[in-house]
Amino acid sequence: MMPLENQTIRRLVKDPTLSPAQKACALSVEAENALDYPMLDEETQAALDARVICDMFEGHAPYKPRYVLPDYSVVLKNGSAWLELPVPQTLDEAIHTLMIAYHHVPSVTGMPVYIGQLDDLLLPYCDGVSDEALYQQLKLFWRYLDRVLPDAFMHANIGPTDNRVARMILRVDAELQQIAPNLTFRYDPMISSDDILRMATKNITTCSKPHIANHPLHQKVFEGRGYGIVSCYNALPIHGGASTLTRVNLAEVAARADGVEDFLTDKLPYYVEMNFRLTQARVNYLFNDSGFFESFLVSEGWLDKTRFTAMFGVFAMAEAVNALQDKAGAKGRYGVDPKANTLGQQISARLQELVTARPLENVWQGRAMLHAQAGLSTDTGYTPGVRIPYGTEPDPVTHIRALAPHHQYYPSGISEILTLDETVKNNPEAVLDLCKGAFANGFREFTANVGGNDLVRVTGYMIRLSDVEKFNAASGSRTNTTALGAEAADRTAILQRKPRVVANELLAGADQ
Amino acid sequence: MSSLQAQISKILTWSCVDGPGNRMVLFFQGCNYNCMACQNPHTIGLCNDCGECLPACPTTALSMVNGKIRFDPGACTVCDACLEACPINANPMVQTYSVESILALLRENAAFLSGITVSGGEATLQLPFIRVLFAAIGRDAALQHLTRFIDTNGHLGPKGWASVLDVTDGVMLDIKAFDPSLHLRLTGRSNARSLASAKILHKAGKLYELRYLMIPGQTDGAAELECLKAFARSLDGPVRLRLNAFRTHGVRGEAAAWPPMPGDEVEAAARFLTRANIGPVALPAII
Repeated sequence: MMPLENQTIRRLVKDPTLSPAQKACALSVEAENALDYPMLDEETQAALDARVICDMFEGHAPYKPRYVLPDYSVVLKNGSAWLELPVPQTLDEAIHTLMIAYHHVPSVTGMPVYIGQLDDLLLPYCDGVSDEALYQQLKLFWRYLDRVLPDAFMHANIGPTDNRVARMILRVDAELQQIAPNLTFRYDPMISSDDILRMATKNITTCSKPHIANHPLHQKVFEGRGYGIVSCYNALPIHGGASTLTRVNLAEVAARADGVEDFLTDKLPYYVEMNFRLTQARVNYLFNDSGFFESFLVSEGWLDKTRFTAMFGVFAMAEAVNALQDKAGAKGRYGVDPKANTLGQQISARLQELVTARPLENVWQGRAMLHAQAGLSTDTGYTPGVRIPYGTEPDPVTHIRALAPHHQYYPSGISEILTLDETVKNNPEAVLDLCKGAFANGFREFTANVGGNDLVRVTGYMIRLSDVEKFNAASGSRTNTTALGAEAADRTAILQRKPRVVANELLAGADQ
Repeated sequence: MSSLQAQISKILTWSCVDGPGNRMVLFFQGCNYNCMACQNPHTIGLCNDCGECLPACPTTALSMVNGKIRFDPGACTVCDACLEACPINANPMVQTYSVESILALLRENAAFLSGITVSGGEATLQLPFIRVLFAAIGRDAALQHLTRFIDTNGHLGPKGWASVLDVTDGVMLDIKAFDPSLHLRLTGRSNARSLASAKILHKAGKLYELRYLMIPGQTDGAAELECLKAFARSLDGPVRLRLNAFRTHGVRGEAAAWPPMPGDEVEAAARFLTRANIGPVALPAII
């Protein structure tokens, strides 16, 4: 008798919406998952099976870190013996070297999530390069990135200085309106000019990019060799990255608690510990068994084995708080009611206490980093991170003030997507005000979607609404993240975010 | 500390359509116009404690205490059923604020703001409050970077403007129509004082924006637009114009059945005015 075929693999092979490369990637995941999982104790396994804790459905045998942030200045300065690359001398050569380098940087998606602090990397090659030539070079570079590495988790960083490369990147990014690369401008009120922040916030009104990072806050956490913002707004050490991202579903923990007291003192510490064990098992496999750190990336100094953190994610804070409110007979809802919001902050503070108290092996500084996780496309019924549930958000200022107290607890990233109605396009200065206000109130990150833009943020990555429509018409997509976006749009409520209309009079004929 | 109080229908801490940047907006209750096309008709009247809204309230937010309506914001679900029930276009949810309480709100939100705009209703009906508030903002180290704007129908007289302009950074003034009988029919008032106010404000360098609402078949004709152009030209120096387009949202009575203003015709009017080279012409954000 023939052995039974694996139907999942057969389905992947035959899926008409996937390209051969996309199939190869999905097939490799199936192969990895045919192996045994790193050894877990029974309790941890039970928590994972019940999905109270979650490994982000990464494979059974971690053979590459989840997020890799090479120090690309190393290959620009030294070239690469392994890749037989000479030291670049001109802007063309520098960009070409980076384009080659990206192909050798793995991540969970198989494509680089970090393509560097581009203004710092390229500025030294720009002396004597005209604006026109710089524009042309960057435009071609941007087109290459979107077409060859079409993954919106891929992230470029610029700032905090106001410089011509950063300005040209903002110009090209607004002009091309591509999903990739994603872009972060690092803002420091002591270093960045108001003018470049104005340019960045104006870009937000045209293409919902860039994301803006509160540079002084991040810099304080990472110091020395610094940080990069990658993927869905994760702040991680440059020259390293994150080995793993595991997460606790706070709503599932709340469902298992008798009340607030039991949640904070018993159930939460228990599942946090379970998630630590899961993390340690996966990190140890990567460090001790996978062979990843034998790579030229480490021996040539692009990466430092000691600079890989473990991201400790949480999500569904809104549902957890509301469930605990219900158990206490309280009506107030998360995001709106001050008492519910205070309970949320208490949970964040408790999480930080638990996470900073627990040592881990093979992890940067010996501790995991807390992260408000932005969600998976399958998270039906759970709100990402500590965000306010879709459709119930207050106006953006109230929204920011409600969430700001959480931001101090999440050094490896926390993002809230603010939805602004289209009227803000006529008044980009209002976005600038909002961003400055957010940072003055302790926000680590500022991200906004503007109604009416084809490009919108989904959890943290960019999609084109028109691509989602095409995908749903079964025509497939050349970008990897569109499928996730389509699935998320279908299963979660991401497209139901409320835009706010303040003056109806200003909506000439919008309903015609 | 001032004992002045203002009747305020609503306060926003986020608005990108009431002047430059993000602004805190105070919507004062009460208006001296009675515009057919008003999109916030519940801001026109002042509550007379008749109590007809009480049965409409689905919670305990509204009650009658010693012959006065009492409003409990904590119990309110913002369903606006009381506004529907009110026979005089008033709003039982109006709250009374002191200058100090507005200053406290501003301090709390200052990091997010370019300024404050007083709107309505007709804000200038509560002019002494505005004067004291704006002067206090100018004196407060934590607030003096905020610009102070008034959104008005322009019915205020010259003495009124003279009393407040030294503490005001900009005014947005609406002209509802140029033909006097059309203006009278649409608003219940003559436009003579509005037109005079626009001239006074422009001369004082405080007219931030002249606004004009296009209503199909009524204020969108060639004759009206010619008058708008001629008036803007008569102002002696460039003026920023904003064309708004009539929509039925919120409108009550006969005007609720009027058609909305087509976007392409607003754009055509904007082109006509732009060619006249009077100053920048702003359009609604969504057309």
